[in-house]
Amino acid sequence: MSDWKTICAVADIPVLGARRVQRAQGPQVALFRTVDDQVFALLDRCPHKAGPLSQGIVFGKAVACPLHNWTIALDSGCAREPDEGATPTFTVRVEEGQVLLNQHELDTIAIELQPVKAGPCARAC
Amino acid sequence: MKKMKLVLVGNGMAGVRTLEELLKIAPDLYDITVFGAEPHPNYNRILLSPVLAGEQTVDEIILNPLSWYEEQGITLHLGKQVTQIDRIKRRVIAEDGTEADYDRLLIATGSSPFILPVPGKDLDGVIAYRDIADTNAMIEAATKYRHAVVIGGGLLGLEAANGLMLRGMQVTVVHLGDWLMERQLDDHAGELLRKSLEQRGLRFLLGAQTQALIGDKDGRVMAVQFKDGKEIPADLVVMAAGIRPNTELAASAGIHCNRGIVVSDTMQTTTDPRIYSVGECAAHRGIAYGLVAPLFEQGKVCATHLAEFGIGRYQGSQTSTKLKVTGIDLFSAGDFMGGEGSEEIVMSDPFAGVYKKLVIKNDQLVGACLYGDTVDGSWYFKLLREGRKVADIRDKLMFGESNIGDVGHQGHSKAAAMADSDEVCGCNGVNKGTICKAIKEKGLFTLEEVRKHTKASASCGSCTGLVEQLLMFTAGGDYSATPKKKAICACTDMSHQDVRDAIFAEHLTSLDAVYQTLGWKTPNGCASCRPALNYYLISSWPKEAQDDPQSRFINERAHANIQKDGSYSVIPRMWGGETTADELRRIADAVDKYQIPTVKVTGGQRIDLLGVKKEDLVNVWKDIGMPSGHAYAKALRTVKTCVGSEWCRMGTQDSTQMGKDLERAMWRMYAPHKVKFAVSGCPRNCAEAGIKDVGIIGVDSGWEMYIAGNGGIKTEVAHFFTKLKTAEEVLEYTGAFMQLYRKEGWYLERTVHYVGRVGLDHVKARILDDHAGRKALWAELQFALDGEPDPWFDFDQAKVDLRQFEAV
Repeated sequence: MSDWKTICAVADIPVLGARRVQRAQGPQVALFRTVDDQVFALLDRCPHKAGPLSQGIVFGKAVACPLHNWTIALDSGCAREPDEGATPTFTVRVEEGQVLLNQHELDTIAIELQPVKAGPCARAC
Repeated sequence: MKKMKLVLVGNGMAGVRTLEELLKIAPDLYDITVFGAEPHPNYNRILLSPVLAGEQTVDEIILNPLSWYEEQGITLHLGKQVTQIDRIKRRVIAEDGTEADYDRLLIATGSSPFILPVPGKDLDGVIAYRDIADTNAMIEAATKYRHAVVIGGGLLGLEAANGLMLRGMQVTVVHLGDWLMERQLDDHAGELLRKSLEQRGLRFLLGAQTQALIGDKDGRVMAVQFKDGKEIPADLVVMAAGIRPNTELAASAGIHCNRGIVVSDTMQTTTDPRIYSVGECAAHRGIAYGLVAPLFEQGKVCATHLAEFGIGRYQGSQTSTKLKVTGIDLFSAGDFMGGEGSEEIVMSDPFAGVYKKLVIKNDQLVGACLYGDTVDGSWYFKLLREGRKVADIRDKLMFGESNIGDVGHQGHSKAAAMADSDEVCGCNGVNKGTICKAIKEKGLFTLEEVRKHTKASASCGSCTGLVEQLLMFTAGGDYSATPKKKAICACTDMSHQDVRDAIFAEHLTSLDAVYQTLGWKTPNGCASCRPALNYYLISSWPKEAQDDPQSRFINERAHANIQKDGSYSVIPRMWGGETTADELRRIADAVDKYQIPTVKVTGGQRIDLLGVKKEDLVNVWKDIGMPSGHAYAKALRTVKTCVGSEWCRMGTQDSTQMGKDLERAMWRMYAPHKVKFAVSGCPRNCAEAGIKDVGIIGVDSGWEMYIAGNGGIKTEVAHFFTKLKTAEEVLEYTGAFMQLYRKEGWYLERTVHYVGRVGLDHVKARILDDHAGRKALWAELQFALDGEPDPWFDFDQAKVDLRQFEAV
């Protein structure tokens, strides 16, 4: 199907780790691999303060945000209690060891979100 | 697969908490049936006193409504008392004939009030104080009658008396002992308590032995008669003279009972391994606990065994007491009476109504009894539980935690004085009101639960002491009997020390081996335990254990410090804070080339490049060509120095060279937490060595060594450790101390807390007194560090996954 885009091999993602997917526009997408080789894709932004989830520690079917330790479920994108909030999810297909994402979703989901700014430039504005 | 059958007899706090723990870890293992003798769902018995006093309602103290049982698929039999256990057919039978088969049986029948065997005990108007029905009977009596007599001046009796008084009755407390609450207070504190309760309107008869209860012609009690013949009027008599574990059911089934149903550390009865018991009916190592927190601990352990994990042992609890009578502050814990072989520190101001007694034995706090001013109760309790040596703070012990020289917000014993809107947890913006509300409404008892429900104390942890105090003030003393040891996280019941010992004893060298051997509850841990396990593995078995990069925090995986916008900061290592024009030029060029937005000189004499994109990290490292500063790691960070004798007209020693030597000897050293050193060339101490993990100060005759200081959340001045003559000695002693900390410190425990936990004397014994041991430690550290790669350049050897820097 033309709507599906091959991103990388499952083997390219470290076990209990993540890779970032650069989109044509909008914030990046994070691909996660669990210990039993399931692959999940979330917007690379914690619903709390936009931390890059791809950089967190992956355990079970969840990831801990590297900034303030919110735990986000990989399958639903929802934050675990007592936190509330959700990160948009992307549909993943794995075929013959390759990870595929839906091009339509890549083009449309959460495109407008701006990255967080830090540094002197951000302070000045 | 067919589910096994679990039957719980007793719908109280201990039994239902065990089910909750079980459902969390093994939701599908059992078909569960619960028998409760009372007609109510599970409620918070501790809060009956506030209900009696009119501060809460019965509805507010329900812990699990009926809908909860339904949602969990639990068959609930309310108002049915189990009268028989058929161990052959594995079946329980209730009074009305209801039967239930079991594969596992949990007996949590609690306890009954002890009813004095005196004539008239069966009269109308004579009740115990145990359940909702008793409470309602008392509330109702208070609307009709005037005189109440409470027999028993213990915790429960006084709470009952206070409640009845608040409801308008004239209450006399009759107590056999010479002072009130003699199991929790000494005579001084008991006397202060009596006076204060008398001022509120309660009457007391101490040393009074009840002989009979006298009834009127309708069969209702009208007076209490004592041994000396004296009588006092009574329309209501509340027996609160103690509790007896409910063991009849178990005993009738042939299960061994003495002070309670005898259970092992796994909460199994010693008679029948299919039958478990938790709560007030159980006797563990000869103790039947009457407070809630130990029961919850038992429940947790019991659940792991019911879930067939076969792990977790209950090893007993330390308990403390607080009276739930609004406006009366008393606290006691441990061996507060003192006596032979112990020393007491006493502060008494009867006029102000303040009395404090601390009991010390073998240089440890073993008991505390506080009246009138209890703000430091939780701190004393912590010292007591942890068995911390108190020699170094002994002179200030009595004056509380706020007087031991901290400026952070952890130590301020101010929970009671805070307004509801005051912020407690700065990390998550949680105020006192929110925390207290959650504790009350959700029935929270432990720090862990408060963290889960409110997020308070869940991040940096510096407000933990304050949250513990709030728990104590809000939930009462019942909360505070927290276990002697704390599990690392929810994935295990083992403490940091348990895991560390097991890794060493069992020679475990990989995470999988840890999960399997130690029965981890989760398949691959969580973000709390994995970094700790990984550290314990590599520090226990250097060059043998498998380092797992995915179990390190992102800073150590990317070898740079993540910032709020997801960019990174890069801090090159500058030995002893010295640099050169060449290095500065390369840094400046890299800043231009990679458009690094901020260049900042840090507090530790280094240059921080902030705002580097992850994809640029590898090239920035390469271009600046300096070693990694490990400014992101739980490792040696800086060695701060002054210019010393090389330049300074006051300097007595070459502190810069000493700093460089120390840094070169110990860089790349992973540790339980970040480590900072400082070296000053003279006692003016320009490098501020007094608040570092190791501080070295040059003096005419050599060097002074200070350890376990901290400039962090809670500033701590370092302890003077020893005086040394040569630079070689400084290296050896510092290295040996670091290796001891690496081996004994718990993950994320700074040296100040490590030394506080094990005691300065222990460290002195290992480093100063044991010469061979010190040399061995220093050699061990050198072995561990030999050949350790620089992660900024030796990517393969340092297991840096270069894929992470590129997007796909």
